[in-house]
Parts: sequence; C-alpha cells; structure tokens
Amino acid sequence: MHPVRKQRLYLVLFVVLFSSAAAGLVTYALRGNINLFFPPAEVAQGKAPVGKPIRVGGMVMDGSVQRSDESLAVAFTLTDYEANVPVVYEGILPDLFGEGQGAVASGVLDEQGVLRASEVLAKHDENYMPPEVAHALEKSGFDHKGNAK
Amino acid sequence: MIPEFGHFALIIGFVLAIILAVVPAWGAWRRNSRAMALAPGLSIGLLVFVGISFACLSIAFLQDDFSVQVVAANSNSLLPPIYKFSAVWGNHEGSLLLWALILSLWTAAVAVFSAQLPLLVLARVLSVMGAIGVGFLSFLLLTSNPFARLLPGTPADGNDLNPLLQDPGLIIHPPLLYMGYVGFSVAFAFAIAALLGGRLDASWARWSRPWTNVAWAFLTLGIMLGSWWAYYELGWGGWWFWDPVENASFMPWLAGTALIHSLAATEKRGLFKSWTVLLAIFAFSLSLLGTFLVRSGVLTSVHAFATDPARGLFILVFLLLVVGGSLTLYALRAPSVTSRVSFEWISRESLILCNNVVFLVATITVLFGTLFPLIMDALGGGKYSVGPPYFNAVFVPLMALLIPFMGIGPVARWKRDSVRRWQSELAVPAIVAVLCGFTLPLLNAEYNLWVALASVLSAWLLLGLLRDLWYRVKSAPSLAAGLRRISASYWGMFVAHLGFAACVIGVVATSQYNIEHDLKMSPGDTEVLAGYEFRFVELAQVRGPNFVADEARFEVSRDGEIIARLAPQKRRYLASGQVMTEAAIGAGLFRDLYVAMGEPIGSDGAWAMRLHYKPMVRWMWLGAILIAFGAFTTVFDKRYRRLRKQAVAGASGEALHGA
Repeated sequence: MHPVRKQRLYLVLFVVLFSSAAAGLVTYALRGNINLFFPPAEVAQGKAPVGKPIRVGGMVMDGSVQRSDESLAVAFTLTDYEANVPVVYEGILPDLFGEGQGAVASGVLDEQGVLRASEVLAKHDENYMPPEVAHALEKSGFDHKGNAK
Repeated sequence: MIPEFGHFALIIGFVLAIILAVVPAWGAWRRNSRAMALAPGLSIGLLVFVGISFACLSIAFLQDDFSVQVVAANSNSLLPPIYKFSAVWGNHEGSLLLWALILSLWTAAVAVFSAQLPLLVLARVLSVMGAIGVGFLSFLLLTSNPFARLLPGTPADGNDLNPLLQDPGLIIHPPLLYMGYVGFSVAFAFAIAALLGGRLDASWARWSRPWTNVAWAFLTLGIMLGSWWAYYELGWGGWWFWDPVENASFMPWLAGTALIHSLAATEKRGLFKSWTVLLAIFAFSLSLLGTFLVRSGVLTSVHAFATDPARGLFILVFLLLVVGGSLTLYALRAPSVTSRVSFEWISRESLILCNNVVFLVATITVLFGTLFPLIMDALGGGKYSVGPPYFNAVFVPLMALLIPFMGIGPVARWKRDSVRRWQSELAVPAIVAVLCGFTLPLLNAEYNLWVALASVLSAWLLLGLLRDLWYRVKSAPSLAAGLRRISASYWGMFVAHLGFAACVIGVVATSQYNIEHDLKMSPGDTEVLAGYEFRFVELAQVRGPNFVADEARFEVSRDGEIIARLAPQKRRYLASGQVMTEAAIGAGLFRDLYVAMGEPIGSDGAWAMRLHYKPMVRWMWLGAILIAFGAFTTVFDKRYRRLRKQAVAGASGEALHGA
C-alpha cells in the first residue's frame, strides 16, 4: 500500500477506536446520571418511579413550608394546583426559595409518595420561571397564582 | 434625545456593516483594488458608530434615564455608579450590544494590525467579519432594540439590577468572555477567506495564529472569572456546575484548544490544513451555539433569564446559515488543498494529533450532554436533565489520557523521532513523577489515590517541560544567555502548560480534600473543620448603599491563634426586595476558608451556616491565568514582526499573482 494511504488508514482506525471508546464511556455515564422531570399531577397518578432519581417541579404551596427548630430539615409541598407532592429536604435552601414561588426539587420518591430531595433549585430572577414548571402549570391549566385560565 | 442618537448610530453601523460585507467581497471577486481598499476604512467606521451607540446606552444608564426600557428594568437610582455602568451588559439587549461592539473592535483591530496582509486576503477577511456584523446588528435592531422607550408611563425609579450581578467580577467577566467568543470570528474569517481564495498555506496559518491565540487567551480568562465569580457569589462554594451556559463557553474553549495546536502544526509543517480550517469553523459555530443557548432560554440554567422565543429562532436561523454556508464552502474547496507532507508516527505531529482527537472528543461529549435534554424534549421523550456526574465521568478520564502525551510534547521532534530517544530523555522525569505521586499526597493527613494520580501527571508534565528547557539552555555560554535565546512562543507554550499542571492539581486537590459542613449555629457556637476552629461571635445589622444585611461575624483560629475574621452577609436589596447571600472567604494559596449564611432557624437567633474548607482551590484559577498569560506571550514572537517586513516586500507580487 502507498505509505500516505497506509498512514491515513491507521489514522482512521485510531479515530474510530478512540471515538467508539468515548461513545462507550458516554453511554455508561448517561445510564446512571440522567433524571426525568415529572409535574406533581403525574406523580400523583403514579407515573413517577419509586426509588429512582427524578425531578419534580411546581409552585411551593402557601403555608406549606415547615422548618425544624433543631436542624436544617425542612418540609414543603410542591403543587401544580391539580395535585400536590410533599417534599422533605435537609440543608440550606436557595435565596429565592419561598412560598408561592416556583421551585424544582431533585431527589428520590419513597414508598409513601414523599420526595426526599437532595437538591432544591429556585428561580433566581423576578420574572423567570423554570421552563419545566411553566410547562407543568400550562398542562394543569392554572396560572402561577393558582387561578384557572 | 441621547437614546435616539444611539439608535441612529446603530443603524448607521448596520448600513456600514452591509457595505463592508458586500463591496470588498465583490472587489476581491472582480479584482477591483479600489473596492477592496475600502475595507479597512469601513471597519473603523463600523467601530466608531457601534462605539457611539454603546456610549449612548451607557450614558442612559449612568444618568438614570428610566424612560429607556432596559434602564428601567435593570437599573435603579440607588445603584452605585460602577454597577450602573456594568448593568449596561447585565441584560439581554445590552449584552448583545456589547457583543456587537466587541465584534467591531476585533474587525477594526484586524484592519489596523494586518496592514501587512495582501489586500486581497484583508478584503476577504474583513468582508466575512462584516457579514457576521450584519447578522448581529440586524438581530439587535429587529428583535432586541436596547433603545426602546417607555413613553408614556416612565417609572419614577428602576427595577434594579439583579443583585447577583452587582459584583466586581461581573464588571469584567462578560467583556472578557465576549472578547474570546467573538475573537474566534477572526479565526473563522481567516479560514473562510482562505477557502474563498483556494490557497491554504503556512503563511495563512501564520496570519491567523496570533489572533486565535489572543482570542483563546481572553476566553480562558473569561471562563476563569466566571468560575471564580460563581464560587464567591452564588454562596454555595461550587466553582464549576456543568451548567448549560458554562458548557456554552467551555465548548468553544475546547475546540479552540484543538485549533491553536493544529494551527501550530499547520504553520510549522504545513500539515492538517483542511482539518485546521474545519476546526476554525467549528470553534466559531460553537460560539454562536453558545449565544443561542444563552439567549434563547431553551435550557434550564442558572444563567437563563426571562427570554423571548422569537430571538431564539433568529439566532438559530443565523447559526444554520453560518454553519451550513461555511461547511458547503468547505466541501467545495477543501479537496483542492490536501497536503503532500508526510510524517512518521513517532513524532511531534502525532502528539498534536492526540491533542486534537482528545479535545475534539471532549467537545463532542460536552456538546452531547448539553443538547441531550433538548433533543429528548424535541422528540417527545420527556424532560431529562444531565447532571455533573455524567460530565465528570466522561471529561476526567479524557483529560487524564491527555497528560501522558502532553509530557512528551515539548521534548518530541517534528517529522521523525524515536521511542529510544524519548526513553532516554524522559526516564528520569518518569521516575521522579512516580516518586512525587507516592510522596506529595503524604503532606495531607490522609493518602488519596486520586491526588496521587494527579501528582504523578502534573509532575510528569512539569518535568517534561523542564527537561526540554534544560536541553535548550545547556549549549548556551551562560544560563542567562540561554534563557534569552528562547523564543516568545516557546515561553508561551511553557507557561501555558505549567498553568495546566497547576489547574489539574487544584481541581483534584479541592475536589478530594474539600470539607463541607452545613449546620445550625447560634452566636457563641464553635465548629472545628480540618483543624480550623470557626467561632460565631455575634450577629449584626449593617446597611450598604442599596441594601440592608444581617451579618454573622466569625473568628477563625488555629492552635489558639486567630488567623481570620470572616463576616458573611444575608442581604436584602431595597429596590427589588431580593435576598442574596454574600459569602465570606479567608483566602490562601494552600487553602480557602469559606462561610456563608443560610436562613434563620428557630427564634433564638440561630442560623443555618455553611462552612467549607477548600484546599488549593486557588491553584485552578492561578493555573488558568498562567494559561492565558502564556497564550498572550506567543504574540510577541519575533517571527510575527519579521513577517510584517517580509509581507510589505511581497505584497505587490501577491496582488499581481492573485489567489
């Protein structure tokens, strides 16, 4: 074979091997590390898996936030005004977390239907609503104040 | 009146950009040197008018002109003046105007500093830059006019700038980042100009290389500042989140890293020509994609602010035009520029190829992880999110794979080398590196395998560099003479690779040895973290220019001696009522002590507190600064000055010869 062609062949082989290794790595990494979003209504219908990492987003229900006096534990309820999901979390909440505001919690759903959150995200700007929350509210047919559209 | 003036200047800039995109390109096609000669003047005119427009918007912000919509939405009369100025780019419209300003700055810089380029090439390059300018200016004028007025209905005071953005880091982070992002448009323009001319040679690489290095250096600094800002401002002590918008700036950086290395091979050896062109197109396309991701609001991100879908569509169409157009041109022209140069497998070329493959694969995996949620959503597969574990699992092994080759790089010879020579050159570095891996982690209390691995890799990198430096110096009459003899571009490479080693150490050491405690603390409480005693002394109320705050005062002591007083705050901004955490950091070269306030707990004055011990976290940012400094240094290489002289002599010949 012509030396230049031979070199090119090796090059192609190298690239193919390397990228398939990378693709393997990607698939492996993706398997355990992605999680799916569920609006509260779907969690209530039992569509969300128990014991697997998921995200749930909605509005934090008025009067639902309960803080412990002893530790950093906090419990609150996420709602899309169609169904509610209770959430428990231990740690520091983001600055813009509050009742009547949009939030997304990621964690694992237990047998009782309580989301044990490992991370809570809130909006971080006055006008911004996390897209998933906006979408969930659109589906349930309520606006962010809980008035039917 | 001033905002209308700014709007008018922007329109004139837009018209100039259209002329710049059309006339010199037509001149280059018809070989009309008068049309081509218009390009530099038009470029400077573009800068002047976009500059005027930007100045007008800045004046509107500084004078609290709340009849202008973006000023009313993003500023406030209580805001300190410096933040009124940085509020100019703390919003969608203003940040795009900054983008346009920086694009015209780069265009004018090419016009001024490339007077030695053959007119034909210069006209094409500036035309391409002008065309990009047309895209962005029309985007501004059609969808995101920064000068839109609120008349009638001017509010008495503005909404205030998002408190997160009221920070010195945010004054310079966006401009630096944009200098990098937009700077790749120069590399892109050179690549397109070369494809149009059908001539890709070493001189092309020599022209575009300094520009690419400078853009890449700015991007490095911008990303580093963003990471530093997130660390001290977001209040949870993280420095990289693999957030889509971070990825948006990181992908052009990764592709740019591949580009600057393959440009080196193209310039020195005339290799990988069409590949380099493709990388230049790729890097700039990723910059545009970044803009699309940030500005369209399609992704959930800490950077996503309220957005408008029409804007996303505009950028998407623009992106498709640029990528589609340049790839078509590439497909038509690239086959004619195959290189006839060959090289052996054991050579510096192969190592550069390794760099390129690793960085390209890294770019693609990050791209995939970033776009995966979008793709799944578009296909109706549900709303997924891809978190940091994915990116870490893919990215870390790739970088670890890179460093063994990186250590050989400086020592390796172009064209042909031998394994035996590498063995004899690098046996000592290899042994010392392994020893470092065994000993260095012992400095910390617990031995950690990941830190050991990072020590081996960084030491290998450092020693390979030193080995080569010594090799270059030893034949000189004296050490000083030897060091002076070394070229600026070699020093650039040396410093940048050194910076990379520092980054690796910093990232691994903080991730592995980092200690975080979130707990409830009342005044008088103490907590011990890694031998540092944090004492919560008292809680106080303080007042800033536009906020009131609860301040927790901490004393940190070690072995009974007070080494730092930290005062984190929980601020409430008066205009917007927004609450924000201001962390307090006791910084050091070998460790940072970090305290942030959560929320009050119970009724006895207790607060949730976040205490962190972060060893060597600064090494990462210092490393990034070294990398950027190295890339800037390469521009001062003698050969670029020599090139200027040669080009003046050769320019007339080139014009006759055509391209």
